[in-house]
Amino acid sequence: MEEKIVYFDNAATTKIHDVVINEMINIYKNEYGNPSSVYDFGNRVKTIIEKSRKSLANNLGVQAKEIYFTSGATEADSWAILGTARKLKKKGKHIITSTIEHHAVLHSVEQLEKEGFDVTYVPVRADGILDFEEFKKAIRDDTILISIMAVNNEIGTIQPIKEIVEYVKDKDILVHTDAVQLIGKIKVDIKDLGVDMLSLSGHKIHGPKGVGALYIRKGIKIENLIFGGGQEKKKRPGTENVAGIVALAKALEITLDNVVEKEIKILELREYLIDNVLKKIPYVRLNGSRQNRIPGNANFSFSFIEGESMLLALDMYGICASSGSACTSGSLDPSHVLLGIGLPHEIAHGSLRVSISEYNSKDEIDFLLDVLPGIIEKLRNMSPLYEDFLKNKGV
Amino acid sequence: MYSKKVMDYFMNPRNMGEIENASGVGTVGNAKCGDIMRMYLKVNEKGIIEEVKFKTFGCGAAIATSSMATELVVGKTVQEALKVTNKAVAEALDGLPANKVHCSLLAEEAINAALWDYAEKNSIKIEGLKQPKKDVHEEYLEEE
Repeated sequence: MEEKIVYFDNAATTKIHDVVINEMINIYKNEYGNPSSVYDFGNRVKTIIEKSRKSLANNLGVQAKEIYFTSGATEADSWAILGTARKLKKKGKHIITSTIEHHAVLHSVEQLEKEGFDVTYVPVRADGILDFEEFKKAIRDDTILISIMAVNNEIGTIQPIKEIVEYVKDKDILVHTDAVQLIGKIKVDIKDLGVDMLSLSGHKIHGPKGVGALYIRKGIKIENLIFGGGQEKKKRPGTENVAGIVALAKALEITLDNVVEKEIKILELREYLIDNVLKKIPYVRLNGSRQNRIPGNANFSFSFIEGESMLLALDMYGICASSGSACTSGSLDPSHVLLGIGLPHEIAHGSLRVSISEYNSKDEIDFLLDVLPGIIEKLRNMSPLYEDFLKNKGV
Repeated sequence: MYSKKVMDYFMNPRNMGEIENASGVGTVGNAKCGDIMRMYLKVNEKGIIEEVKFKTFGCGAAIATSSMATELVVGKTVQEALKVTNKAVAEALDGLPANKVHCSLLAEEAINAALWDYAEKNSIKIEGLKQPKKDVHEEYLEEE
């Protein structure tokens, strides 16, 4: 018997499209030649890779030669940031990022701090959008790189990347964006966005784990992160993850098929969820701007309770979601994103992220809405914080 | 991640609630770190813990350990209750993941804090009872 799973953690990873799996199987079974080999059985695999590169580039509005395949977005982020800074260190040693970046970016710039670079972490406003005034103030004569995420992974807020690019267009500063949570959610034209570098991931767009890409605008030169053979124009060596590359391109193609209709459906589910959670459950807040957020993301904080216990209780019903509580972050501090938008620790601990994809249905949202109020009530009845709150209220 | 027993005590916590006019109440932990435990004790004239209740704000392990701790001290004398260690709580739950051991420490502290409150209220001295620490987490982090 198949276990019933209600999967609401699409910001963590996604179900792979069946067509994508079939393409991967075909590559593994029939196209296992090494793309760098001379004979046709190998060489034709190179053609397959280039076809995928072209397809991916087309769907992103860029040229095929501007796409470099990587092992995922963490590598793409690390490469863009370390590679750019190390290349341009004679020009300047200042980098700008935000306080709510993914750890792939935050820990990359922390590494650069160890190498003698200076990093400014621009704060976000209470609604989870970059504080643009603070961003403007952060720019210095020696700024060489700006790395700001396109969409936040926890609260789904859309960052003003186009405005950033526009603001620094006359300055000699490169702009990188981690677009993992943007690509595949809506149609994106990178040329229109205007960034110099962009990271994306396969497994967030219904493709497999272990593959991603870095877009590097033509003419920009950054240092290698890894060294080896001649693959990816010697910039990202290592025998290509052929099945992954094919799958990444196919996943984006399928995900973008009818993307506007999918977007509307996902947005309707999201709004239905938010409306009902706010209506059915007291002492709850929505984290992050409701308007400037990606369709599939809802992030709530429930007062007086802790997130991990919420997730465990949901798991009993087969519902998969996530939280920014300390117990899920592996430290004693809750999520830096939720603290970054100014939440007190105890409210950040009580967060729940529900991330919706095209595979979710209204029935699933209704199921969540059926069980969630009871779980919250049960945990609140166990909570000394709630007890104190009720006593102070005089109940 | 968790043993079956932890999940059972999390989903069906024993002795959850409050005791009105409790002999001793102890609250430990802090909201900043994501867990707070409160223990209520009812001690009879013979010095036996008749009833124990808990309330916990925290993760699944925090809830399960506090519930298990109540079961381990109920029916015991004050002296016996003092001997219930965090290790005993963890073992009774068939073990805890390494990063959750501090939850069991918190449970031990919560019992200790409730006993301290009982001793203070009744102006008695319980041998071996130490004043509750302000923040168990700090000590735990120092130990690491």
